[in-house]
Amino acid sequence: MDRRDFLKMTGVGLGGLLLPTFAGRVIAAEELLSTLDVATKKKLADVALQAAKAAGAKYCDVRIGRYLRQFVITREDKVQNVVNTESTGVGIRVIANGTWGFAATSDMSNDAVAKAARQAVAIAKANSKVQIKPVELAPVKGVGEVSWKTPIVKNAMAVPIKEKVDLLLAANAAAVKAGANFANAMMFAVNEQKYFASTDGSYIDQDVHRIWTPMSATAIDKESGKFRSRDGLSTPCGMGYEYLDGKPQDRVELPCGAVVYGNSYNLIEDAQLAGKQAREKLTAPSVKPGKYDLVLDPSHMWLTIHESVGHPTELDRVLGYEANFAGTSFATLDKWKEHFQYGSDKVTIVADKTQPGSLGAVAYDDEGVKTGKWDIIKDGKLVNYQVIRDQAHILGLKASQGCCYADSWSSVQFQRMANISLQPGKDKLSPAEMVKGVENGIYIVGAGSFSIDQQRYNAQFGGQLFYEIKDGKVTGPIEDVAYQIRTPEFWNSCAAVCDQSDYRVGGSFFDGKGQPSQVSAVSHGSATARFNGVNVINTARSLG
Amino acid sequence: MTIYSEQEAKAILDKAIKASKADSCSATLSGSNAGNIRYALNGVSTSGVVSDCDLGVEVSFGKRTGTATINRFDDASITAVVRRAEELAKLAPENPEFMPDIDKQTYKASNTFNEKTAGITPEFRAKVAAACIEPCRKDKLVAAGYFEDSANFVATANSKGNFGYQKSCDMDFTCTVRTEDGKGSGWVARNLADVSAFDAKSDIQTAIDKAKGSVDAKALEPGKYTVIMEPAATAGLISFMMFGFDARSADEGRSFLSKKGGNKLGEKLFDERVTMYSDPWDANTAVLPWDQEGLARERTSIIDKGKVEYLRYSRYWAQKQGKKSVGQPGNLIMVGGDKSTMDLVKTTKKGVLVTRTWYIRMVDPQTVLLTGLTRDGTFYIEDGQIKYPIKNFRFNESPAIMLNNIEEMGKSVRVKGDESPFIMMVPPMKIRDFTFTSLSDAV
Repeated sequence: MDRRDFLKMTGVGLGGLLLPTFAGRVIAAEELLSTLDVATKKKLADVALQAAKAAGAKYCDVRIGRYLRQFVITREDKVQNVVNTESTGVGIRVIANGTWGFAATSDMSNDAVAKAARQAVAIAKANSKVQIKPVELAPVKGVGEVSWKTPIVKNAMAVPIKEKVDLLLAANAAAVKAGANFANAMMFAVNEQKYFASTDGSYIDQDVHRIWTPMSATAIDKESGKFRSRDGLSTPCGMGYEYLDGKPQDRVELPCGAVVYGNSYNLIEDAQLAGKQAREKLTAPSVKPGKYDLVLDPSHMWLTIHESVGHPTELDRVLGYEANFAGTSFATLDKWKEHFQYGSDKVTIVADKTQPGSLGAVAYDDEGVKTGKWDIIKDGKLVNYQVIRDQAHILGLKASQGCCYADSWSSVQFQRMANISLQPGKDKLSPAEMVKGVENGIYIVGAGSFSIDQQRYNAQFGGQLFYEIKDGKVTGPIEDVAYQIRTPEFWNSCAAVCDQSDYRVGGSFFDGKGQPSQVSAVSHGSATARFNGVNVINTARSLG
Repeated sequence: MTIYSEQEAKAILDKAIKASKADSCSATLSGSNAGNIRYALNGVSTSGVVSDCDLGVEVSFGKRTGTATINRFDDASITAVVRRAEELAKLAPENPEFMPDIDKQTYKASNTFNEKTAGITPEFRAKVAAACIEPCRKDKLVAAGYFEDSANFVATANSKGNFGYQKSCDMDFTCTVRTEDGKGSGWVARNLADVSAFDAKSDIQTAIDKAKGSVDAKALEPGKYTVIMEPAATAGLISFMMFGFDARSADEGRSFLSKKGGNKLGEKLFDERVTMYSDPWDANTAVLPWDQEGLARERTSIIDKGKVEYLRYSRYWAQKQGKKSVGQPGNLIMVGGDKSTMDLVKTTKKGVLVTRTWYIRMVDPQTVLLTGLTRDGTFYIEDGQIKYPIKNFRFNESPAIMLNNIEEMGKSVRVKGDESPFIMMVPPMKIRDFTFTSLSDAV
């Protein structure tokens, strides 16, 4: 997750930064419901394609993007900010002299778009002088004129601001009533209207929707000066406002007593529990450091999957393209060739760009490749990576896996993480049955602090709620827990994964990568999983 | 070209404010010409130039506020953006913490613009990349780096007659050099206002030496060590700690600077050698003489001889608490000594030299306990000499504790942390009992 965006998002507790600074002009709410005419976009795309070819491009793709975002930010009984933003423009990528070139413009006139196309070709030709190997692009068959839309039920952009504000303020009130001193709740809605055209003969119009409602409750003991927070247990997802319906069948009460959510979310109930649990955390006993068997709920698991499997299996990191910032990867090509034992035989992890309700779900990626699903780790062995068109040949693949994404029309598309998920166990196993077999363990719910090295070996994770397990029973909440892992040892210690009935999805709205940095949104699913003998540290300190 | 002159910018802002029918109106015009080049695997991967300029207008009716922005500046567009802000304000809920526009400020210009940096060309950027790539190609090393620069301007005005205009420049360079076998990695960074002080050929040698010198690192047991932290290694920890310097969080009881009934302003919390201040006119780290709200910045003592002298009061919280709200710091200057990093190594019997820290995250805001890792050059020191490279460590340490365990400080240099909002002057520091909690195999 990109910390700068996270800090902007959670500015309430950090002093100031309340307006998320995404690029874009601020617009009225009703403009969030409009779209650009497809025929107009096709004409504009053809102008760019023809100009690029005339200037000497062997390949060209055009992305006409309209990116709409809405942010509603509250704390306690106050609305701090309501912001609607729009960013519209055209990004043109070409291959000339075997080299990539890119240019972008917010001017939607034919002349400006043609000029940008010629500029992209000129940059490609200039950069070709220092290019060692020409770009090798995996073939894509043109699909003609097609369209796709996230299968939402209720467009979040169409829901009146007042309804959203009332819900968020009610959540804050529930948290405070239940024991919190402070509460903040936010809602982020995103709509990416993306039109892609290329010299391969594709004209793809996609309408992508996402929503997230993070909240946090903080309780303070004024006598001791101690304070504790409990963040909400919702997940960002590729759904409409129906995610907030909080259907009874999507409510899950865990054997540790915590309540989590599946395909829809009850914000008010979670806020009430957050307030109560934040206060309970003030008096929970501090963990004794040592080796524990961990029972990890999907609301926590997603971030561990993201950092320790998602990132190290991005092929651009493996090859060294991200060496200067995000880093490289321990999962090197020689390990892939020998089918490295990444985890135990309980561990099968798939990449899936089609998963319904996920943040990464699209029909085509940002270079016109039809999306799909494939194994990354099969029965514990590393079998594949995440690639885009100019990387497929390195693995001997005949086609890209469709992992290309740009966060704006003005950003160059590059390899981004697909939804990466741990597959549920094949044998019937519930979380309650899993707990019964644990002698000395900790049950962790929700994502907390996270940090991992530049090759994705050594990671440390916190959480939101921690419960001690003794002799097959949950004894009560504990605090100050973080676990440290070495990635292959951790995944090889996976002793069991619960069955499909426990499968749930988490994710990140703000995964950061690249220079200049771009964000992307990605989901990670799993069922509750058990890891044996993991090193747990105590994070309590004294400032004297 | 999107760098408007003061007269051009003022004319646009005046039109916006005049067009407003709201109770109050403020407007900001800002633009930049930015360029970058990115390279990896000893080749250029991407490069580009982006020109951008935006007019932002914020208007208020009573306690209702609306904001709109636009990137066209003809008369009709300026009127349209003001109308849109007014429509949004009328629809917005009342903000009980609404603050009226700032009064007319007096801004003393700071030296943030440099003609040479503003004149950086695509050819110059290509030469920077080549200066890093060529010696690496010849030496079985692999370079991956990023160079970016920008020339910017910002103008701000409001209906109370406030106006400010200033130009600025930035230049930031980072390069990672790895051995072909992946066993060694080194890094160098340079953040400057004046590009004429930048020499990529010289800087890259630092990364090359560290890459070669870090091959075949040995494993040391995790534990508490005396560390020599290069300035870039502590910049991230210190800037993270500054989030705790928010007065409202402290008064609300949710900061490491909270105490029963208030905050720890005025208390001595750090080693008496710790002195930190902010100064928009500092010769090495000049920043705009106003903050994001337009409040004039002042030279502000933040920590003086270990004593907390500053907490950041928002305008609302300052009014509520009866305090003065001043412009928020844009830079952080930590006072150091005269010694170099290697001078500090010479006086160290046993210790660890840390080039850089990475992926720093908050573990517990109660104590500002942070975790992160060392990266791109970690070495064991014995009897005043660097003995051998060691494997990277994960740390779990609080800067509030670290700044009480100072043994010695060197000469401050300009740095910008990976994720820091501040330009900083930070000295290399020798620190005792720094807590490493596990080993990392990452190179």
